[in-house]
Amino acid sequence: MASQEEILEGLANIVNEIAGTDVEDVQLDKSFTEDLDIDSLSMVEVVVAAEEQFDVKIPDDDVKGLRTVGDAVDYILKAQG
Amino acid sequence: MGDLLVGKRILVTGVLTDASIAFHVARLAQEEGAEVVLTGFGRLSLVNRIAGRLPKPAPVIELDVTNQEHLDALADNVRQHVDGIDGVVHSIAFGPQDALGGNFLNTTYEDVSTAVQVSAFSLKSLTMAALPLKPEDGSLSVVGLDFDAQVAWPGYDWMGVAKAGLEATSRYLAKYLGEQNVRVNLVSAGPVKTMAARSIPGFDQFEGVWNEKAPLGWDLNDPEPAARGVVGLLSDWFPKTTGEVVHVDGGLHAMGA
Ligand SMILES: NC(=O)c1ccc[n+]([C@@H]2O[C@H](COP(=O)([O-])OP(=O)(O)OC[C@H]3O[C@@H](n4cnc5c(N)ncnc54)[C@H](O)[C@@H]3O)[C@@H](O)[C@H]2O)c1
Repeated sequence: MASQEEILEGLANIVNEIAGTDVEDVQLDKSFTEDLDIDSLSMVEVVVAAEEQFDVKIPDDDVKGLRTVGDAVDYILKAQG
Repeated sequence: MGDLLVGKRILVTGVLTDASIAFHVARLAQEEGAEVVLTGFGRLSLVNRIAGRLPKPAPVIELDVTNQEHLDALADNVRQHVDGIDGVVHSIAFGPQDALGGNFLNTTYEDVSTAVQVSAFSLKSLTMAALPLKPEDGSLSVVGLDFDAQVAWPGYDWMGVAKAGLEATSRYLAKYLGEQNVRVNLVSAGPVKTMAARSIPGFDQFEGVWNEKAPLGWDLNDPEPAARGVVGLLSDWFPKTTGEVVHVDGGLHAMGA
């Protein structure tokens, strides 16, 4: 199981790969759409990549609730356990 | 697991997420024994990730149906993976925001033409691009995804006009390609929660309509019935059916009230 830190690092790499955002910019308090330039299709891809990397399932209806990177990290932490 | 499509090679367009109707068509086709080649539009990295969720590997070829170069290169690109194609799935639609959601009376022709080009004319473009892949002494089954265009829907607006165009395009393709043993049919599906559906303002209203009127009932989270209809039409079990619209909508289209 990945720790909070590992999940943040993993997500930062995913966001970097998909949207080209600098890894250092992906911090817990950053909003995907407002701060990281993630549009809705990029968000779908981030979710798909995160599901694969962390072996979790994030249903569509829950994705709307993931506003910030921190929201996503918390969600994945809980979903793993 | 069955053997409805054993030995068949199927070209499937329109996979974007694992909610896409096309994803479920590809999955069922593989489960029924077909070899599947996908085409993807725009976000190829996402399509490739989603392809990885299919039961078996499937190559992804880039295809924007409005790009003549992509269309011209399609047959050669497909031949890198399979020698020919026995079935083609058209699962493509797009309408600019101004063409949807109650703006019907003010939509510009430019936006209307985009909706019609991507959602209706593309059935002809795709079919013609794939035609060279038809086995010489064999047949080709082309199946498209439709949303019933016989009536007006809230918010569907110019996409409804595009779907009426798709229905007519499929009949004319059936007419002009029948002698080459090409069948062209549509599955008119009930509403399914996909990316395309999300961009239709008021899509949620359909849930109530279907709950109330569809005699067989309908689940907006279940793309499988529509995908099964497509697989049926791709199979050898509709050998003399073409120009047809098969409704996979829980029976709603047949009800008056
Ligand atoms: N979801 C529904 O409620 C519903 C109901 C009836 C029919 N349909 C039809 O099913 C088909 C598939 O839609 P879906 O609901 O699975 O949504 P979807 O968003 O998963 O699929 C739409 C597809 O169209 C593709 N596309 C858009 N523009 C393109 C272009 N220029 N070139 C190539 N591909 C392009 C997208 O990449 C995407 O894969 C559409 O024709 C849609 O109208 C959907």
